[in-house]
Amino acid sequence: MTLLAVNGLHKSFGGVVAARDVSFTVARGEMLAIIGPNGAGKSTVFNMVGGQLRPDRGQVLLDGQDITHASPQKRFRRGVGRTFQVAQTFLSMSAAENVQMALISCNRQSNGFWAPARERHRDKAVGLLSRVGMAEAADTPCSALAYGDVKRVELAIALAGQPKLLLMDEPTAGMAPRERAALMDLTGSIAEAQGIGVLFTEHDMDVVFGHAARVLVLLRGQIIAAGAPDEVRQDEQVKRAYLGDARALEPLRGGSPA
Amino acid sequence: MLALDPAFLAVQALSGLSSASSLFITACGLTIVFGVTRIVNFAHGSLYMIGAYTAATLVPRLLELSFGPVTFWAGILASAIIVGLIGVIIEVLLLRRIYGAPELFQLLATFGIVLVVQDLVVQVFGPQDILGPRAPGLRAPVEILGRRFPSYELVLIAAGPIVLGLVWLLLRKTRFGVLVRAATQDRDMVASLGVNQALLFTGTLFLGAFLAGLGGALQIPRVSANTGMDLSIIAEAFVVTVVGGMGSVPGAFLAALIIGQLQAFGILIFPKSTLVVVFLLMAVVLAIRPHGFFGRAEIVGGTHAVGIASRSPLPGRHFILLVVIAVLAAFPLVADAYLLKVATEILIFALFAFSLQLLIGVGGVVSFGHAAFFGLGAYGAALAVKWYGVSMEAALPLGLALAALGAGLVGAFVVRLSGIYLAMMTLAAAQILYAVAFQWVEVTGGDNGIVGVWPSSWASGPIPYYLLTAALTVVAVLLLKRIIDAPFGYSLRAARDSESRAEAIGLKVRQHRWLAFMIAGAAAGLAGGIYAFSRGSVDPSLLGISTSVDALTMLLLGGIQTMMGPLVGAAALHGLRDWIMPLTPLWRLLLGLSIIAMVLIFPRGLVGTVRDWWGART
Repeated sequence: MTLLAVNGLHKSFGGVVAARDVSFTVARGEMLAIIGPNGAGKSTVFNMVGGQLRPDRGQVLLDGQDITHASPQKRFRRGVGRTFQVAQTFLSMSAAENVQMALISCNRQSNGFWAPARERHRDKAVGLLSRVGMAEAADTPCSALAYGDVKRVELAIALAGQPKLLLMDEPTAGMAPRERAALMDLTGSIAEAQGIGVLFTEHDMDVVFGHAARVLVLLRGQIIAAGAPDEVRQDEQVKRAYLGDARALEPLRGGSPA
Repeated sequence: MLALDPAFLAVQALSGLSSASSLFITACGLTIVFGVTRIVNFAHGSLYMIGAYTAATLVPRLLELSFGPVTFWAGILASAIIVGLIGVIIEVLLLRRIYGAPELFQLLATFGIVLVVQDLVVQVFGPQDILGPRAPGLRAPVEILGRRFPSYELVLIAAGPIVLGLVWLLLRKTRFGVLVRAATQDRDMVASLGVNQALLFTGTLFLGAFLAGLGGALQIPRVSANTGMDLSIIAEAFVVTVVGGMGSVPGAFLAALIIGQLQAFGILIFPKSTLVVVFLLMAVVLAIRPHGFFGRAEIVGGTHAVGIASRSPLPGRHFILLVVIAVLAAFPLVADAYLLKVATEILIFALFAFSLQLLIGVGGVVSFGHAAFFGLGAYGAALAVKWYGVSMEAALPLGLALAALGAGLVGAFVVRLSGIYLAMMTLAAAQILYAVAFQWVEVTGGDNGIVGVWPSSWASGPIPYYLLTAALTVVAVLLLKRIIDAPFGYSLRAARDSESRAEAIGLKVRQHRWLAFMIAGAAAGLAGGIYAFSRGSVDPSLLGISTSVDALTMLLLGGIQTMMGPLVGAAALHGLRDWIMPLTPLWRLLLGLSIIAMVLIFPRGLVGTVRDWWGART
């Protein structure tokens, strides 16, 4: 069943066309990866789905509802959660408070003037943290967490909004190789269990081919290939796009490219 | 009608051009320094003032040597070079150490220089205004369409474009200029290319200070060098750089031209309020283009805001609170009238500083014009007493309401901005109100202010008024603390920590900040109202830059990262002032040096430092 439908998205910056008639869909529980060389337009497409950029043309439909021009805040209410390339959390708060903050906003209590925020939705927040394996760090300030852990907290924040769609911009950037697979395994299992569609961009091909159900390849703003990981890997056009690094798409054994 | 006389219009336009030229020369230095160092240099106005004083002292001596007119211009140039060297000293001793500091600290540290220079100028050049000599050969006015026009002004009109041309050549044709432009675009990239940054920054400061000194030195035949020059020029130079886009030299030129004409012809429309017109221009430009004409959004994201973080509730906090209330209540038993007066003022400023903490420490919104709301509260209460004869009980809420309303209006403009533009805009708002209070004599009493603002009989006398102040302050601070701990305060902190994350979880960042402005404004207004009744009078200085800086200093002194910091800071600053000011004429010098020392040595403030020390011990 289609959760996200992107129809004919187009965006140009001056003379540079960053996205040209990009169309794709994401189903519930499906993990779709967008890949492509640097400058292919991954971030542009991603930010148009996330609400940080306005497309020149085209439509973004979530559950059949048009969210093309909705603000990031509205998208959150419609069920879009996201994580950032450089993890964005509230560093002055504890891990639990970060998640509590998302729950407070989700329940439209952010204008509350009286009862302390510290006590609101605490149990639910700790529950979410334990789903990402961070329950023990609930009272640790986010500023004192290792980067890989911050990424997990960020995932818990995104899940707090009970998203239908999760947008993850380079979810494993800056993480150690072992942590990468663990985070994506976790994301995959949560997505499957709750029927959350996941759209992510990624540079690490192990992560892409190990976790995505389908892969979308962008080149100069256009989709040049789409399909199951194995089909995409065999695609001649894709190989050419990664020319000079023809083995970039082959599975690696023991270790991962930097 | 006078305004339609073409000769009058021509002369008016010409004098607008000449003030635009002077303004551009000074503002150009400010904008170049900002472009490279990302520091908004409050001391730029002080350098301008030093330039004027130096030239007014130096040029007459040189003219005595009678080498002809060339000595006049040589003297001007020499003064500018001297100021340039002072700029180098400032860079090496201070600025170099704070390039990485949060912008609030940078603003405060350079304001510390302003205070130091104010006292030093009096020490070096004497308390008298100094009128410089007129330029040889340019003493006679020229006739323009039958009207007389000072010929020196024509030279000034030419000076602006000449400086623009020279600066343009310097930036385009020299290696130094290439580096300056590169650093303005991307400082980190320049650093990673192995450029000698220290030399680049020192050179930039020399250029900036030289231009400030030149701007000041060129004024000596027109106005006498005086101790008020620094703040009046810096306010205008800020407007020019902000309107033009910070870091943009052509932007500063265009903005100076517009502002020069606006001042020249604004006199015809609002005879008394040219300042208001100028700041309104800035408000309008920033509302349409949040980065000025040619400015760009800061690429390096994040304003590296510092502020309070979550801490677990202190055990025994209710007990501590009871003790504090008991001590406050028992204080009149041991204190004399003078001490009570000091304590009353400390409480008022504690509330004022605490209200600013909601914006800066919690919201990361660096307001540089918080005096606006303190003053609005004071004037609101005083005007209600003077014009409507209401009692204190009604006047205090009216002052609070006026301050909240003003904060709502200012906030609506300001929440769209960020970083340094926001700080400048709040400063401009406070300056507009200052100008209104100063110039609208019929209503506000102008410079003299409003007198006869006395409390109701039950609250008059040192003890009752102290108790009233203590009660209102405690209640207001507790309410604010409650709000800071509630989801609303957390939402503000969330937006401060990461705006993109806050938006991604559905927080309406601007709406929260706007509300925070009104709450902080209301609390500051309450403090202002209480202050008006404690002194029996109000005057425009309540709205001035130094009142805003007082609040910021208290915040910094106590510690921005702590909830109770501003309260301690208010007590410390006010106590020190009361103790030291009668002992020395150099109070501003001491205050300035302390501010600089605090930024450099104790950036975490008194409470923060003690807490860290305690934390390290246990």
